[in-house]
Amino acid sequence: MSWMASLRLTVAEDVLSVAGFLLLLWAGWAGDRAAKAIGWAAMLALVGAAVVTLPALMNGAMGPGASAFYGQYADDAFAAFAKLLIYASAIGCLLIAPAFFAKLGQHRAEYPVLLLLAVLGMGLMVSATNLITLYIGLELNSLAAYVMAAMLRGNERSAEAGLKYFVLGALASGILLFGMSLTYGFAGTTSFAGIHAAFHGPMQLGATFGMVFVLVGLGFKMSAVPMHMWTPDVYEGAPTPVTTFFSTAPKVAAMALTMRVLLGPFGAQVHSWQPIIITAALASIVVGALGAIGQRNIKRLLAYSSINNVGFILIGLAAATPAGAAAMLVYLAIYVAMSLGAFVAVLMLKDVDGNQLEDIGDLAGLSGQRKVLSACLAMLMFSLAGIPPLFGFWGKFVVFQAAVAAGLVPLAAIGIAASVIGAFYYLKIVKLMYFDEPAGRALGKSGWEHQAVLAICAAFVSPIGYLLTKWLGGLAAVAASALFHT
Amino acid sequence: MNSFPILSLMLAVPLIGATACLFANAPRARQIALAATLVDFVLGLVLWSHYEVGGPQWQFMERASIFAGFQWALGIDGIALVLIMLSVFLMPICIGASWRAIETRVPEYMAAFLLMETLMIGVFTAQDLFLFYIFFEAGLIPMYLIIGIWGGKDRIYASYKFFLYTLLGSLLMLIAMLWMANAARSTDIPTLMAYNFPVQAQTWLWLAFFASFAVKMPMWPVHTWLPDAHVQAPTAGSVILAGVLLKMGGYGFIRFSLPMFPEGSAQFAPLIMALSMVAVVYTSLVALVQHDMKKLIAYSSVAHMAIVTIGLFAFNRQGLEGSVIVMLSHGLVSGALFLCVGVIYDRLHTREIDRYGGLSINMPHYALLFMLFTMASVGLPGTSGFVGEFLSLIGIYQMSSWVTLICTTGIILGAAYMLYLYARVAFGVQKNADAAAMPDLSARELALLVPIALAVLWMGVYPESFIAPIRADIAHLEARLAQAKPAGDARLTAPRPAPEATIGGPR
Repeated sequence: MSWMASLRLTVAEDVLSVAGFLLLLWAGWAGDRAAKAIGWAAMLALVGAAVVTLPALMNGAMGPGASAFYGQYADDAFAAFAKLLIYASAIGCLLIAPAFFAKLGQHRAEYPVLLLLAVLGMGLMVSATNLITLYIGLELNSLAAYVMAAMLRGNERSAEAGLKYFVLGALASGILLFGMSLTYGFAGTTSFAGIHAAFHGPMQLGATFGMVFVLVGLGFKMSAVPMHMWTPDVYEGAPTPVTTFFSTAPKVAAMALTMRVLLGPFGAQVHSWQPIIITAALASIVVGALGAIGQRNIKRLLAYSSINNVGFILIGLAAATPAGAAAMLVYLAIYVAMSLGAFVAVLMLKDVDGNQLEDIGDLAGLSGQRKVLSACLAMLMFSLAGIPPLFGFWGKFVVFQAAVAAGLVPLAAIGIAASVIGAFYYLKIVKLMYFDEPAGRALGKSGWEHQAVLAICAAFVSPIGYLLTKWLGGLAAVAASALFHT
Repeated sequence: MNSFPILSLMLAVPLIGATACLFANAPRARQIALAATLVDFVLGLVLWSHYEVGGPQWQFMERASIFAGFQWALGIDGIALVLIMLSVFLMPICIGASWRAIETRVPEYMAAFLLMETLMIGVFTAQDLFLFYIFFEAGLIPMYLIIGIWGGKDRIYASYKFFLYTLLGSLLMLIAMLWMANAARSTDIPTLMAYNFPVQAQTWLWLAFFASFAVKMPMWPVHTWLPDAHVQAPTAGSVILAGVLLKMGGYGFIRFSLPMFPEGSAQFAPLIMALSMVAVVYTSLVALVQHDMKKLIAYSSVAHMAIVTIGLFAFNRQGLEGSVIVMLSHGLVSGALFLCVGVIYDRLHTREIDRYGGLSINMPHYALLFMLFTMASVGLPGTSGFVGEFLSLIGIYQMSSWVTLICTTGIILGAAYMLYLYARVAFGVQKNADAAAMPDLSARELALLVPIALAVLWMGVYPESFIAPIRADIAHLEARLAQAKPAGDARLTAPRPAPEATIGGPR
């Protein structure tokens, strides 16, 4: 395959890299004054990348025809589905950032550029069909993310979050690399197809170790229990728009990457990784639910909520079927909307001077003063709790349906029973907003960008979302079949 | 008429009303809510009049596959019809009861109630497993808000308890539903009702559904959310909770547990009997010692619902018909009793029984209506309560005389606590001056209570109107259950006639 053909397949990444470097030059030249314009340009680049990614999903691209650079990279329907989700959440995160940073006088031109580079890394992650591509994508994403976490360099908490994320992330990368080297040692190749061929029969102990180490490294990125420790601290410390970003796009990328790795190269070893995934899923659901109960900071609470949701998504992976993979993608799409919406709602909590509020006590009696905001947040909370008729229920529904169809009834039963614990703290937010006496603090107004993003997310999780089930399910099924195409 | 999507329309009217309420001010929201519920009531009457008794089992069918994994499938049989009628009948009354009692956040309140109505009708009309589940479960949200925002002092505890209890129950049911859809390759309820699930699987499926319906019903010992929720909810919330929401449990047993898992039901019938016997005696005794009127009525609801469950698990026609009638009757009577409590609560702001006394002197109309509902709750012949309880107990008598014996004590105990309540409230000396000065029923309150009184008498005197639509469906159910019917202890066969005397031998 010629270089040109490969470049044509990687066109989304080409667009993003070129745009990233041009914008970096622009940022270096014009400085922070141009931050806003660069943000819009970055959004434009993301829209462009989304447009060129779309055909792969619509045509259901899969197999050798979608493989570029000699099997290093796949532009298949699965990658396209994940990328579209990543791009959409990145656009949302770019849209909501300027108001937040401008208030603090810290609106830097680097933010959109770093975000763009992180997205580029994620694109590589979800398209990787080789351990080396995987690692390059993951590091590109992570390095950009470390800097973004420390974006407010004058702020101690932000700097702490950046440092913590970096140290732990570096450790996780080390573990991942170690696992990859073991895998390479036992398989003799770094390509996914080669590893799949090598690991067909029973695995040797060393190879199993390699797989487990790879899983640990990926689990860190997904913040699945027990690799979740960093999540609440980083989510709390990082600037809220960055937290929003962390809880959406990289989650999709890490999850999609894990799916590709486990169902691709290790696809013949389901019995050896399935118990790990089941344990991680149940542990994430329970820890995410219990951990959130005592939290006073909304961002920490949402961090635990995202751990909880990762657990539910992993149940689909434990099923190890095309239906399970499709269910995960549907859940991810809904999760992105819920998470984005919830964080935007947090961003909209400001006092009269426009300072951000993060304590859940500030939510008390919010429904009296901010009717629409509280209604949207309540809807998002019920949706996160998985109560029908909100769309969050559908995510849980398809995941559990896949688990039951794969014969994992006990897993489904335990998982769903544990979701009641989670419902408790989501209800607490609703209770605070609707049942309690007003605290009268969150009175500040927010800009149209926030309102628009919140409105879109709320509309998506509202019962109207069910009208999308056929369309979303169809696309996810196509994407998942690309994953199982050998 | 069958082509006209009247069921969808009945779902849409309150939903549109709810949306409109959110954008209206308080007086306008009240009017919108009343109008929407009345329109739905009229639609309900149209539905009833066009329902063909003795016609096809499922009528007014609607199908639209607009979702992945499940369908927008609606349709009703006679059992659903009468329960829908109960819902649409009680809703305008609930709105009327909240007319003055609710002063804060009126638009949201009315919207929550209208949403509730949509979901209730949805539960009774859904013909797809998951559509049913969505309606069934979604009801938690408005009810949580109604209890939590407009409830009494301990409303927050009660709202949490209500929500989490019912959620845990229904989630297990969801897993069972997923398994069923996977095994039967269909989510269509009529199809599933005729599908024979493996007997071993039925045990687990039955238990999972039981977890949900037993909480909703509620059966002893998972009834404890009910007194809390009732006491804390505003009057209209209690009415709708007792009147319709509790019926979802019984409806669930009729629609799912019994026809889909006949063997499982037979296997667990002794469990149901045991729990019901405990419930009848225990909760009746608890009701006897309550000081709070709403709590007393709440406990009496648990006892009445136990009569429903024994009737259902009698596996025969009388028991099943009786259960449906008890559900209808209890919906009307307990709703009316909560309204009666609401009437005096609105005046004195206490539900303490001791604060009242001798109300028949200053509130004669109130005392009269209250007495009628008390008698109906006791099961006096001529009222709706008698018909249902009598049929249920006849049904269970064919099954087990001991169960009947113990459950019948519930009627005696019921008479005890209800009459004791009535005597303390309406008769005796007027202890407190403020209670003695309360004015009698206003025109609005009369307009709320009199229709229920008429319905109670109608059902008591001529129950055929309500039994006719359900007769064929109960017959279907009985036929379906025949394969698993456990042997009863009643020996219905008459003794063999003595052989003819053969004195002298043939001639």
